[in-house]
Amino acid sequence: MNKPTPAAVPAAFSRDIKTIVNAGLQRRHAAERRFRSYGLIAISLGLLFVVLMFANIIGKGYPAFWQTYVQVPISFDPAVIDPQGTRDPVAIESADYAALVRAGMRRMFPTVEGRTELRALYALVSSDATYELQRRIHQNPALIGSSQEIWLLASATVDTLVKGNIDRALDETERPIKDNQIGWVDKLQAAGKIEKQFNTILFSSGDSREPEQAGIRGALMGSFYTLLITFLLSFPIGVATAVYLEEFAPKNRWTDLIEVNINNLAAVPSIVFGLLGLAVFINFFDLPRSAPLVGGLVLSLMTLPVIIIAGRAALTSVPPSIREAALGMGASKLQMVGHHVLPLAMPGMLTGAIIGMARALGESAPLLMIGMVAFIVDVPKGIMDPATVLPVQIYLWSDLPERAFVERTSAAIMVLLAFMVLMNGLAIILRKRFERRW
Amino acid sequence: MQSFLLLTLILLSVGGYYLGRNRAFAVAGGQIRHLHSLPSFYGSYTALWCGLPALIVFAVWAMLQPSVIIDLVVAGMPPELRNLPPDQLNLAINDLKNLVSGNIVSSTPDAAMLDAANRYRNLQLIGNASLWVVILTLAIASAAYAWRAISPTLRARNRVEQVVNLLLILSSTVAIFTTLGIVLSVLFESILFFRKVPITEFLFGTHWSPQTALRADQVGSSGAFGSVPLFAGTLLISGIAMVVAVPIGLMAALFLSEYATPKFRAFAKPALEILAGIPTVVYGFFAALTVAPLIREIGAAIGLHVASESALAAGLVMGIMIIPFVSSLSDDVINAVPQSMRDGSYALGATKSETITRVLLPAALPGIVGSILLAVSRAIGETMIVVMAAGLSANLTANPLEAVTTVTVQIVTLLTGDQEFDSPKTLAAFALGLMLFVVTLILNIIALHVVRKYREQYE
Repeated sequence: MNKPTPAAVPAAFSRDIKTIVNAGLQRRHAAERRFRSYGLIAISLGLLFVVLMFANIIGKGYPAFWQTYVQVPISFDPAVIDPQGTRDPVAIESADYAALVRAGMRRMFPTVEGRTELRALYALVSSDATYELQRRIHQNPALIGSSQEIWLLASATVDTLVKGNIDRALDETERPIKDNQIGWVDKLQAAGKIEKQFNTILFSSGDSREPEQAGIRGALMGSFYTLLITFLLSFPIGVATAVYLEEFAPKNRWTDLIEVNINNLAAVPSIVFGLLGLAVFINFFDLPRSAPLVGGLVLSLMTLPVIIIAGRAALTSVPPSIREAALGMGASKLQMVGHHVLPLAMPGMLTGAIIGMARALGESAPLLMIGMVAFIVDVPKGIMDPATVLPVQIYLWSDLPERAFVERTSAAIMVLLAFMVLMNGLAIILRKRFERRW
Repeated sequence: MQSFLLLTLILLSVGGYYLGRNRAFAVAGGQIRHLHSLPSFYGSYTALWCGLPALIVFAVWAMLQPSVIIDLVVAGMPPELRNLPPDQLNLAINDLKNLVSGNIVSSTPDAAMLDAANRYRNLQLIGNASLWVVILTLAIASAAYAWRAISPTLRARNRVEQVVNLLLILSSTVAIFTTLGIVLSVLFESILFFRKVPITEFLFGTHWSPQTALRADQVGSSGAFGSVPLFAGTLLISGIAMVVAVPIGLMAALFLSEYATPKFRAFAKPALEILAGIPTVVYGFFAALTVAPLIREIGAAIGLHVASESALAAGLVMGIMIIPFVSSLSDDVINAVPQSMRDGSYALGATKSETITRVLLPAALPGIVGSILLAVSRAIGETMIVVMAAGLSANLTANPLEAVTTVTVQIVTLLTGDQEFDSPKTLAAFALGLMLFVVTLILNIIALHVVRKYREQYE
């Protein structure tokens, strides 16, 4: 081993290193650029997914905000509505309005004959048309005997066709609408008797098996009641827990246990909370299934850790000098918290609460467990009525095969996302407006 | 009715507050400094006395009243009804309740039932009326007691604060009761399940088909409860999700913390976190209606058979959902590595990427592993995506193109729909829930422990 002595080689050695380094430099810089581009690709992929998902859902959902109507000449024939001529409201209620609709359809296409043909013709309008006429007569009995052009709700297949979602080139047996029906729809369209109007049904009615009559009002009200319970329970309890742990609790085993519990609860899968709700609230306490009350109880247990963690963060950000000043002025500990610390921490706590509520709004798995998946037509009127919530409604509709339901599902998702954006936006505004740097 | 009583109680308490406060002024002769506490504390003291005891009695009463009334009614029934076996008696009681609330009854009520229903209604009326009387008397009496007790030396503030303190402590125990509730409810039902199905079969059996027979001679009712295929399916889908989420999430976090300009970071970080805010049901819809058909078509185009509910579709979309978890957790971890380590590496002539792969990542590895574990536990517990996009049949396969089912899917399918609560089918869901809870709990504890240890290392 003859080691080169340090004094003898420096020039050669440093030249050597330089060449070695320079030789590798290009490769290393290429690697650097590659690595950097991987990162950029990863970010772009993530952002692409966001855009893709929104584009996909908005693209599918926005047509659902318009609904197709057919203008039908209806004559409110007294012989059908009120054969006895008594104008008795009960008799008028139960008259055969479907016959009026059928007569109106025949009037538009007098040449159609034969049972199957006629049935196909009648199928162009929704079964809701009958109730629409009933409602109109109920509101204004003076209509009896008159003839009017009335916009009636078209059936879901017509709606889908008009929106261009049915491939006309397909064989007749493979599409939900027959050739003769397409012919009639084309004729009506040419005559300007088909029109797309803003879909108020979507927002005003409950669930239905007929896509054109299905709305999200029931689910929205269900979500509202559920979230109301969630907020009323989780916010006070969450704030109280945060205050206790941050301001009053002694550091001992017990409070450590509470803290570990809270952190673990935040990571428990949501479906396990559903199992808890089923076993405790429904089977043990015998509360009604499908009720927003139970849903709210389960979701508040889920939201509690979020609110507690956010609340504690908000409390720690209040500087100790505030506390010392209050105590120095002779306030009791509770007065110090109630009069000074809590008001200062409130914006942060509210922000956390709103974010927790937004998460609860989007939650559906635990609610499946407690029976909020039932098919419920009526709009719930209280916390004990059977109800469903918006995300569960989306889940229910996504299972249905009709194309019109795909559209409505996407529309419901858009409404849900709009609420999420609204709530998160509110949280951001709150934080921006009231955040204080001490 | 009962909410009206509650409202009355609240109004009484508010009244008690003002009475108490005025009384404090009066006993002090208008000189507040003679009082031990501020007048508002005397008000709160009276209000608490007015509301709390009445509220406690109200809660106990409301819980006991229905069962007491049922007992009384049953005791008054004719003996042939009273001596029915318990399950038939329960049916009769159900009928009775329906009769009382005016619902449809399963059979035409006979005279005895009608009689019982009448008595039920009467008892309910009596019960409610006496509840009102008792609650209001109690509220007023205890408020009067507190009102009379007010004197300048009464330590009202301390008393009120004791109560508030107690309430705070009570609230903080809710978290413990929740955990206890989860563990007990899941454990209790699981024990019932393991009495019917041996635990070894559940843990190691490879055949899952929870259709239990209603009749002995029914076809297709194997009732096998081997959970291995479910866990294999869960692992497969979570594995695919992690394959998507970890590289993208980690690279995104590295880019954002090491390369991105502050402006780009301020835009990209929240934009990426939108993914975490989207409800899972939306991902499920996306997976089932967009991604799954797409994968199927691509598979058909290159001659592969892809199941329409392939594990790949569910896993991919779940991976997208998890990206922000991995990225924001790793971001925190990477930022916690001290700047001096980076500076040292740059000073030795390393490029940025070399610094990242040879210095930053090894230093941050424990934290990154912790955040990946948290993401895995998230993926295992995720429900809606797999319910909507994964299959129902339990296949034991590692092929991502086939349909598999997961633990959460089975819990949902076993528990939605009508069935008796004590059948092995529904109990199996709780056993699965127990497994899910235990597995995610262990993952979380390890992950939190690792992350905390790692943080301490650099503090």
